[in-house]
Amino acid sequence: MVEARTRSKAPVRNPVLRRLFSNRLALVGGVILALLALGAVFAPWLSPYSPTQTNFTALQQPPSSQHLLGTDELGRDILSRILYGARVSLVAGLVSVSLALVLGGIIGLVAGFYGGWLDNLLMRLTDAMLAFPFLVLAIALAAVLGPSLQNTLLAIGIVTTPVFARLVRGQTLAERPREYVQAALALGVGDGRMLLRHLLPNILGPLIVQVSLSTAAAVLAEATLSFLGLGIQPPTPSWGSMLNAARGYLAYAPWMAIFPGLAIFLAVLAFNLIGDGLRDALDPRLKR
Amino acid sequence: MMAYLAQRVLQSLGVLWAVTVITFALLYLLPADPARLVAGRSATPEVVERVRHELGLDRPILQRYLGYLGGVLQGDLGRSYLQKIQVSELLASRLVPTLELTLAGVLFELLLGIPAGILAALRRGGWLDQGIMLLSFAGVAAPQFALGLLLLYVLAYKLALFPLGGYGGWEHLVLPALALGLAGGGWYARIMRSSMLEVLSQDYVRTARAKGLAGPVVVYKHALRNALLPIVAMIGTDLGTFMGGVVVVESVFGWPGIGQLTWQAIQTVDIPVILGAVTFTALFIVLANLLADLVYPLLDPRVQYR
Repeated sequence: MVEARTRSKAPVRNPVLRRLFSNRLALVGGVILALLALGAVFAPWLSPYSPTQTNFTALQQPPSSQHLLGTDELGRDILSRILYGARVSLVAGLVSVSLALVLGGIIGLVAGFYGGWLDNLLMRLTDAMLAFPFLVLAIALAAVLGPSLQNTLLAIGIVTTPVFARLVRGQTLAERPREYVQAALALGVGDGRMLLRHLLPNILGPLIVQVSLSTAAAVLAEATLSFLGLGIQPPTPSWGSMLNAARGYLAYAPWMAIFPGLAIFLAVLAFNLIGDGLRDALDPRLKR
Repeated sequence: MMAYLAQRVLQSLGVLWAVTVITFALLYLLPADPARLVAGRSATPEVVERVRHELGLDRPILQRYLGYLGGVLQGDLGRSYLQKIQVSELLASRLVPTLELTLAGVLFELLLGIPAGILAALRRGGWLDQGIMLLSFAGVAAPQFALGLLLLYVLAYKLALFPLGGYGGWEHLVLPALALGLAGGGWYARIMRSSMLEVLSQDYVRTARAKGLAGPVVVYKHALRNALLPIVAMIGTDLGTFMGGVVVVESVFGWPGIGQLTWQAIQTVDIPVILGAVTFTALFIVLANLLADLVYPLLDPRVQYR
């Protein structure tokens, strides 16, 4: 849909991207995300200290020129831990949402395209999973699987899957009666090719929006699970577990809580702003 | 009407049944052996076997599921591994604090979100609108546990306006409810704003204005009633997200509810308590959704019972 419009009008720039860039809030989200991503990628070079090196001569120091964001209860540099923590958070968000996208995408395409009892079965299962609160089901899954990075990603990915299954199914149902699908069917295109080469590219728009919004939720979920002690285990730095450690020292070392909290907030905000901007850019009719 | 009612109740029962299947399946994902968890680390293999038999873990899977389902139907969610009492008793003893916190939190969400959304819609495009929308984004993105810690630090520790967590009178309730309400309030503000804008652009509102009614009368008497409908529909679905936040906020504030129980059970790998709490929460949400669906047509006569 979006692609067809681009080609027929052949503007200098993609109109979706142009609308996205003219959205100030989305741009702010993009800049925050770019900074976080750069911090995560170049963490080994940017970090002034090792994220796991304890220093018992510098316990819980307030922010200073030596430790820009202060140190924690073991004397570790908080800035370095936040930079490395960005790796965990962003990877957690992207991997778990990719998992949900692939699983939910397959379920949704199959359910929407074939219909019948298969559709019924898959959608009832999806409904049941959606009856659980997102976070509560993630907590249960992570608790049952045991605390580790892989299990956290798996738990968040599984819990996010029904959202994508629902969305892709709905979009597939809407696309199915359209001429290009019917034409492809008449030409005898194989099912796999039909789903992946014809249907999928035409429903990408809403999917991208959902990916962005779900990544925000996934980053928040990872931080929450780590905060509850279910996610990434020490000494690997993660924003959520840093906050968990900080709660015991709130009165004397508030910086231990403030900076990781701010990092989580900025990451979630960035993905939300981008998602919202993308939605407006893809569907200008919704623009207020 | 009765047909619609029956259909919705049947649907809810179907979802609840699927919930028991998923919760039961979760037990099978468990890499650790429950019998060993109960018997303890130093137990001999014979003891572990005896515990396995006592717990009925050596029975075939279908028989175990039916036993589990029968239990759930009678309100029996199994026994805690650590505290040797029924999970349902544990849940019941924590129910009141959680209900209090949930009600107070939802109240805060609505009290913050609805006026903010109306104001933003009336000042559409202005700086007030943009400010409110920015705040609502911030509220949605703020992690509730960090927000809870921030509220504790500033309002309870620095300014000493509220107690530092714990359970008691209304002054204990304010901060945890606020931590929950700020995030949801941002969400409701956005829905209220777009709903209000849509209603304000409709013909009947224009008619009301054209016949010379004062602005506030049109907004609060004519438009608001219809603009509130999506909010009512949201409360049911929003409860799911909300209950997730309750777990976190209760553990931050030491609020002795079901969330804190869940968190304590996580720390001690008390699987029956975790799954019991999850099942109970799902039940609560399905019932809340059912209630919202039944109330909705009463508020909006345009919605027909199907």
